[in-house]
Amino acid sequence: MDKFFKRVPKGNAAEGNTERTRPQPSQTTPPDSTDPNLNSADLSDGAEPSAARPSEGPAPKFAWSIKPQGEAKNGKTLAHPVKDIPDGLWIKCTHCKELLYTKEFENNKKVCHKCGHHFRLGAWERINSLVDEASFAEIDSRLVTTDPLAFTSLAEPPYAQKSLESRRKTGLNEALITGFARLEEQPLGLAVCDFNYQGGSMGSVFGEKLVRLIEECMARRLPLLTINASGGARMHEGMFSLMQMAKTTGALARLGEAGLPHISVLTDPCTGGVIASYASVADVLLAEPGALIGFAGPRVIEQITKQKLPPGFQTAEFLLEHGMIDRVVERKELRATLVTLLRFYAQAAQQAAQSQAREVRLLQREVSYAG
Amino acid sequence: MPDRERERKSEVPKAPRLKDRDRDKETPHSPAWERVLLARHVARPHTLDFIAALTTDFVELHGDRHYGDDAALVGGLAQFAGRAVLVMGQQKGRDTKENIFRNFGMPRAEGYRKALRLMQHAAKFALPVLTFIDVQGAFPGKESEERGISLAIAENLMLMSRLPVPIIALVTGEGGSGGALAISVADRLLMLENAVYSVASPEASAAILWRDASQAPAAAQAMKITAADLLEFDIADEIIPEPPGGAHTAPALLMETLKVTLARHLDELEEHYTRRGAAGIEAMLETRYAKYRRIGRWTELAEENLSLDHV
Repeated sequence: MDKFFKRVPKGNAAEGNTERTRPQPSQTTPPDSTDPNLNSADLSDGAEPSAARPSEGPAPKFAWSIKPQGEAKNGKTLAHPVKDIPDGLWIKCTHCKELLYTKEFENNKKVCHKCGHHFRLGAWERINSLVDEASFAEIDSRLVTTDPLAFTSLAEPPYAQKSLESRRKTGLNEALITGFARLEEQPLGLAVCDFNYQGGSMGSVFGEKLVRLIEECMARRLPLLTINASGGARMHEGMFSLMQMAKTTGALARLGEAGLPHISVLTDPCTGGVIASYASVADVLLAEPGALIGFAGPRVIEQITKQKLPPGFQTAEFLLEHGMIDRVVERKELRATLVTLLRFYAQAAQQAAQSQAREVRLLQREVSYAG
Repeated sequence: MPDRERERKSEVPKAPRLKDRDRDKETPHSPAWERVLLARHVARPHTLDFIAALTTDFVELHGDRHYGDDAALVGGLAQFAGRAVLVMGQQKGRDTKENIFRNFGMPRAEGYRKALRLMQHAAKFALPVLTFIDVQGAFPGKESEERGISLAIAENLMLMSRLPVPIIALVTGEGGSGGALAISVADRLLMLENAVYSVASPEASAAILWRDASQAPAAAQAMKITAADLLEFDIADEIIPEPPGGAHTAPALLMETLKVTLARHLDELEEHYTRRGAAGIEAMLETRYAKYRRIGRWTELAEENLSLDHV
């Protein structure tokens, strides 16, 4: 497990950042997944990834948020938000109130040692703590939203200004980061939401980036992994946002027909237009413990239907119990689970290719007999 | 029935929480909000009225084959313009009793699974699909969550994007959110003149944006939800004019226009695609994908603009 935790270094961040400004995904990902890399994955188990490259470039622009942004398991915001202790050495778990040594907490991928509460991860934190070191190459990082509705609001700043503020605050250009990475040497397309950017909401850019990634996955014959955390569609882009649900799901339908797997990881929180579209139509649906996952938020349901919601309603465990997802996977097990799953699909593709080759050989033999 | 009373009745189908506010005549209005009120007018034709007026021999098919039959989403086989077609749509009620039966036209997971089953049925027998959209949103209740409404909607989106038969969707009243989209991924999206289609109902939008559902009229305006807006955005394909005063004032007139328009679109789709065999169907699916593929607005930053120091 030690090896595992070492993959959380902040140094990776610089690499990710460099890639953001110079997206050249072809450097790190082979054009074809049927290459020997898929075989070598079996052999390289436990070895340090050979694709690791030294970090270079300037310090990351994005903010590493140490402050947990989590909510309690019932999905309700706690009355006592976490207060950073001045030197940032210790933080308090919002769930069990245990004091946690920040470094240890971060090494544990922001999971409380005592109660196992999973705090939210930003997109870059997620990428760096999940994929092979320095294997991530971002694409389409420079796509940004326009203001298609010229949205003006009563209470808040105009959408255009809000977007600029979100970009400055988070260091991200959109709520979704897309690119290519490797997991134990297995190449894959990766899309990760960042809830800090306008609630991870899906607008035009979000949808476009995801569809471009899916199409690129089809071109390169790579599996797709999406890690989702979103409040839903972005209101400020109106119908353009809603249509991204159809757009992304349509692209996934084609990915599926091409025989390429989509694995979706649902993290806290996943609601609205994202869970009602691409994030739900996966071959395997995984969720992090305690994550809030649902169509409508609990507040809305209670308000509209006056129904009392039981404890644990809309958690990952609730969905598992109701047969809606495949597995609840702890963050520390996520990488291993994904690697094992991806291997099945790589193996299946190989088996199919072999039997196809055999058929072709038989056919050729028949042809030669006939000739 | 006097107009005033009809006006008052028109408020019944709205979600319960809105009743008090909507009765308040002081509520600020906006041009888009006027459309919303027209789209929700209780006398406005609903899905079963459209089916009755436009088609013959309608045989309703019930149930999702998994859990139950959702009265908020109806569908079945019918004759339209000389063809067998599959029709479906959300169904609102006209009075409290009917609305309770129809769940105010808000389908639950079983409603969308029924839609899924019916569409698979249509694909099996190569029947064109006509859908009528009139829904404030999918039902956001406890049972919806327990039965996986998000998955049901998502699966519909996926199926419709690859359904090998022509799909024409008509927004007849209000199209609200994923609950509307789940049966409107189509080759042609048509809207009645006073219909609206939005990412969330104006009330929900206002609640999400400003935590104040009473600002719905302002939200309706800001979100650009009218048929004209959607045509301009290239999301809707055609607007069907309504009689002056709205669809409910002269439904027969509207139905005549609709019959012609729907038949024309169906003719076009059949001529371009389905009568051309497998290649035609493939072309239809490509066109459908491209139609949604290009929706959205974005811009690409130049390298030098990456720094946000000037913000």
